[in-house]
Amino acid sequence: MRTPSDDPVRPIEKRTPMEFLRPGSWEEALAAKAEHPAAVPIAGGTDVMVEINFDQRRPEHLLDLNRIGDLYEWETEGDEIRLGASVPYTRIMEELRAELPGLALAAHTVGSPQIRNRGGVGGNLGAASPAGDSHPPLLAAGAQVEAASVRGTRLIPAEEFYTGVKRNALAPDELIRAVRIARADGPQQFSKVGTRNAMVIAVCAFSLALHPRTRTVRTGIGSAAPTPVRARAAEDFLTAALDEGGCWESGRPLPPSAARQFAELAAGACNPIDDVRGSARYRRHAVAVMARRTLGWTWDAYRGGERGERCA
Amino acid sequence: MRVNLTVNGRPRQADDVWEGESLLYVLRERLGLPGSKNACEQGECGSCTVRLDGVPVCACLVAAGQAEGREVVTVEGLATGGDGTELSVVQQAFTDAGAVQCGFCTPGLLVAADELIRRNPGPSDADIREALSGNLCRCTGYEMILDAVRLAAARAGEAG
Amino acid sequence: MATARTPADLTAGTRGGIGESVLRPDGTLKVTGEFAYASDLWHEDMLWGFTLRSPHAHARILSADVSAALATPGVYAVLTHDDLPAATRYGLEIQDTPVLADGVVRYHGEPVALVAADHPETARRAAARIRIAYEELPVVHDEESATAPGAPLLHPARDDSHAAHVPHPNVVHRQPVVRGDVAAARARAAAVVTGDYEVGMQDQAFLGPESGLAVPAEDGGVDLYIATQWLHADLRQIAPVLGLPEDKVRMTLSGVGGAFGGREDLSMQAHACLLALRTGKPVKMVYNRFESFFGHVHRHPARLHYEHGASSDGRLLYVKARILLDGGAYASSSPAVVGNAASLAVGPYVVDHVDVEALALYTNNPPCGAMRGFGAVQACFAYEAQMDRLADRLGLDPVEFRQRNAMAQGAVMPTGQVVDAPAPVAELLRRVKARPLPPERPWETAGGGPDIRALPGGLSNTTHGEGVVRGVGYAVGIKNVGFSEGFDDYSTARVRLEVTAGQPVATVHTAMAEVGQGGVTVHAQIARTELGVTRVVLQPADTRVGSAGSTSASRQTYVTGGAVRHACRAVREKVLALGRARFGAYHPAWAHAGLLLEGGKVTTDAGEVLAGLAEVLEDEAVDVECEWRHRPTEPFDLRTGRGNGHVQYSFAAHRAVVDVDTELGLVKVVELACAQDVGKAMNPLAVTGQIQGGTTQGLGLAVMEEIVVSADGLVRNPSFTDYLIPTILDTPAIPVDILELADEHAPYGLRGAGEAPTLSATPAVVAAIRAATGLPLGRVPVRPEHLTGT
Repeated sequence: MRTPSDDPVRPIEKRTPMEFLRPGSWEEALAAKAEHPAAVPIAGGTDVMVEINFDQRRPEHLLDLNRIGDLYEWETEGDEIRLGASVPYTRIMEELRAELPGLALAAHTVGSPQIRNRGGVGGNLGAASPAGDSHPPLLAAGAQVEAASVRGTRLIPAEEFYTGVKRNALAPDELIRAVRIARADGPQQFSKVGTRNAMVIAVCAFSLALHPRTRTVRTGIGSAAPTPVRARAAEDFLTAALDEGGCWESGRPLPPSAARQFAELAAGACNPIDDVRGSARYRRHAVAVMARRTLGWTWDAYRGGERGERCA
Repeated sequence: MRVNLTVNGRPRQADDVWEGESLLYVLRERLGLPGSKNACEQGECGSCTVRLDGVPVCACLVAAGQAEGREVVTVEGLATGGDGTELSVVQQAFTDAGAVQCGFCTPGLLVAADELIRRNPGPSDADIREALSGNLCRCTGYEMILDAVRLAAARAGEAG
Repeated sequence: MATARTPADLTAGTRGGIGESVLRPDGTLKVTGEFAYASDLWHEDMLWGFTLRSPHAHARILSADVSAALATPGVYAVLTHDDLPAATRYGLEIQDTPVLADGVVRYHGEPVALVAADHPETARRAAARIRIAYEELPVVHDEESATAPGAPLLHPARDDSHAAHVPHPNVVHRQPVVRGDVAAARARAAAVVTGDYEVGMQDQAFLGPESGLAVPAEDGGVDLYIATQWLHADLRQIAPVLGLPEDKVRMTLSGVGGAFGGREDLSMQAHACLLALRTGKPVKMVYNRFESFFGHVHRHPARLHYEHGASSDGRLLYVKARILLDGGAYASSSPAVVGNAASLAVGPYVVDHVDVEALALYTNNPPCGAMRGFGAVQACFAYEAQMDRLADRLGLDPVEFRQRNAMAQGAVMPTGQVVDAPAPVAELLRRVKARPLPPERPWETAGGGPDIRALPGGLSNTTHGEGVVRGVGYAVGIKNVGFSEGFDDYSTARVRLEVTAGQPVATVHTAMAEVGQGGVTVHAQIARTELGVTRVVLQPADTRVGSAGSTSASRQTYVTGGAVRHACRAVREKVLALGRARFGAYHPAWAHAGLLLEGGKVTTDAGEVLAGLAEVLEDEAVDVECEWRHRPTEPFDLRTGRGNGHVQYSFAAHRAVVDVDTELGLVKVVELACAQDVGKAMNPLAVTGQIQGGTTQGLGLAVMEEIVVSADGLVRNPSFTDYLIPTILDTPAIPVDILELADEHAPYGLRGAGEAPTLSATPAVVAAIRAATGLPLGRVPVRPEHLTGT
């Protein structure tokens, strides 16, 4: 007989003990994180709750960030947008399309409308999945992650933030307060390959930002290496090519050979794996195609309306 | 823990909530509102779509404690009329257009479609598809769901 | 629309009868959220059941220690194989499936132990404390490893009806179909094409997860509220496991959130009952999506080798085919899937010389069984690809080539069976081809910028038109309707007619599983048509009435619909007899044959009213329960495949229009038009919905849906994050053209309709992708890697 025989007394301690921390302010949140460094922050819940629902994670403390209004605000500070960690993707799409076009395009590809209504960049950074959609545009825009703890606040450049597969540079007592992203000074693009036309995790993704003010370009690649990465050789090549050709001034069309080389170098920056979502070879190939296409779109935009407007 | 929230306009309280429970579990198993559906519990199907402070979200991804003090509208709150017995325009359109087969996706689709036509009274087909792209349906092939939303938008427009 | 040979005049005067787009009787409950699906059930004091599953595809269980689980506060029972009270195996056809693993696990996710506790989290935690020691065994994962010398035998002591004729114990069933002289035909062929094809493992992915509530009864029995496709088949399998007579296991259908074949086998039915009987408390079990991928069978993955030969004037001379299906660890429906694949292997074409072999393997992969169109779906993908290649080889238009070889009524199947009902294969193709093509470059907007939602990649912003090429493809398919090969395929219906509050009311009671298809709507329509009443009450489906057979094989409108009609007609005869007894003396017309029930009255066929039903019935209720069966079928000869194996054939054709981003290998299906013969559109709205839904599942198989299983038998994508089904942005316009050519053998001339559209959608989409890319594409789902050579 496997039924407990003497059971009239109802048990008390039965489920996994879990504490739900509800800080009402940012200071309280930092204090709670300092006290419980293993506490799992939860904002949109779009990653954390999946893991809890599927029994993949049983944190001792859940640290709810929903009641901290500051995290849901964005503000302009000089040439920079300070984007609260929990501003939902839907608002990024709607409110920041001009200031942060790369991120706004990426935000539009995140999950579904329901997910975009809940999820924000802070969660993407916290999870640090190589497939997170916001990483490539943050890399391309040169964003800095504003990490805070009771010890103080520090800024971590995006490319230093991702330290491994689903690992980031946050100290155990730190929380992400905001992301600081330069307002776009030129065209930005984002592309992501998935095997469905909506609601899909990236097989791989690519983002490109032209920075006419500094006459540089920056890139970001998602889901094609253990962490999100920049294609530095491609950036250097293109920056030099545009410079040497006097392209920024002339706005002349890019030679196809330059676009091809840029694409190849972008693919070369990948270090992908074969997995259930795609093969390594395909990821390299697709990154090259996206690099070429996004370069075409951004350069056309620069040559056309955007540069013209600027010149006028 | 105890969770207090407003559901479909009524203050509700759930006791003995385990901290790892989702808003979806609380609605379905503790508040007797099983209309929101448990098809994937990973935010990939939209069957549990509810409005949280007006915004469509997947209830399966909201921790129960995060709903504390918030306003939730579920499919059970869509019907209109004084006693909630008259179908809303979206509900009526879904039945009339043949958009319901097994019906498991229907509650989530209704909440999403209702929000769409309130926000955008004259949606194009592309708008409808985009707004409903987070709601999977396995039975209909979506054609009659599109018909239903078009019909609902037209009727809502006529009703002024 | 052609007219069916139906007594259409009978329907006049009674609204809501057959042929009308009557709305679902459960529609209002479903849109208000009140409709009770199995996972919504709740019982005071109920416990939650949880299943511990195998992490290995093939392993010996060395020991099981449940003491820590049992000691967990809040846990009421923990069961393993040793605790089973009676029969330890079950199965649809072959009882080879352990209720709980019996010392060996044979697939990833096989149930090993059960827990009942007072909260799902308590049950999960307790299950995590069960200690099972496994010794991993070599994994059988394909034909080579299954039939190699010394290969591990999945079921070494087989005594099932196929054991004697299979070439290897790891072959569940093998069915050849041979006709004519292929070698001689090959010698005459002007064009020969051979091809190898592969179909991935598709999942039904119904949205309502497996769930049920078992409530122990005072008489020692159990009441089970369950989402299933076939109550009585469940009952037949559950009762022996519980050691109870069938009348002590009372089953009631709860709301079912889709099925598509995936609920034909047991999932948690026996488990919930075992826990309820053990604990003496109601037990609810609900799988989550992750578990659901392990909790039901899938569509058989297949490898198909085809050789087609044709004459120079475009006539098919012969087809040679070998269809290898992976049945996974347990038999499930594999024998029937083999029978379908073999008998339908050449498609809806006239071919005089045929040499086909279909077989299903036992492996350590996930068990495969019923899914919409089974056996026929896999074959259709391959033979339609062959038809395109052969047309190309002969320089013929692919539609024209198909039409030239299309079967028609009177054609002889490779099994020797004569197709004795309309088979409008050429006409279906003509109709989809004649439809105007959708506009090119649909993403272009008046404003200039592309609408990326209309492009391959959609919201992911992968192209603004670069690399996008349009393609158009066609396919047609043939599916059998109903259970075949000599199965006694019957349904039971009980119909009652009485007068309530002055109004005649018909009550229809069947055990048919309404899984979303709309059978309940059609049954009420039939009752209205046959009995001339407006008010029809549908009783919940349960086991108090006889079996309605399975909600599968496109059979419920035909067979249970036939039973309802049969019962209604028996009721009508009794009503007329009553009327004759009461009023016959007053009007000579009562003596005539052909009196009708119409508009709540008894009328002559000329429309003269003889009496109201209220007058005839008074306070009497006429109540009839009867079985009805379609024409008998025969088993296929095990050597030649000869036999009148099928009761009816169903046909659909598709034209797919796709835009392919040829550089990134992403596909946007632009339009997927379907033409289908349904014999009689009992409910045009509902049957259109069936066709559109079936079409979309075929689209999913073409471009995205596959359960990926590693070589060690582990499922790698058991979630909706990585098992993708089409969203509304992946699904195009699906215009539907319905033909109604009556099958005189079937009730109202109708033809089972649910499955045929799932067959041809897949090859049509892939043909369109081939047209856009020029690639051979022998495998579905087509992945970006296949389109980009990466």
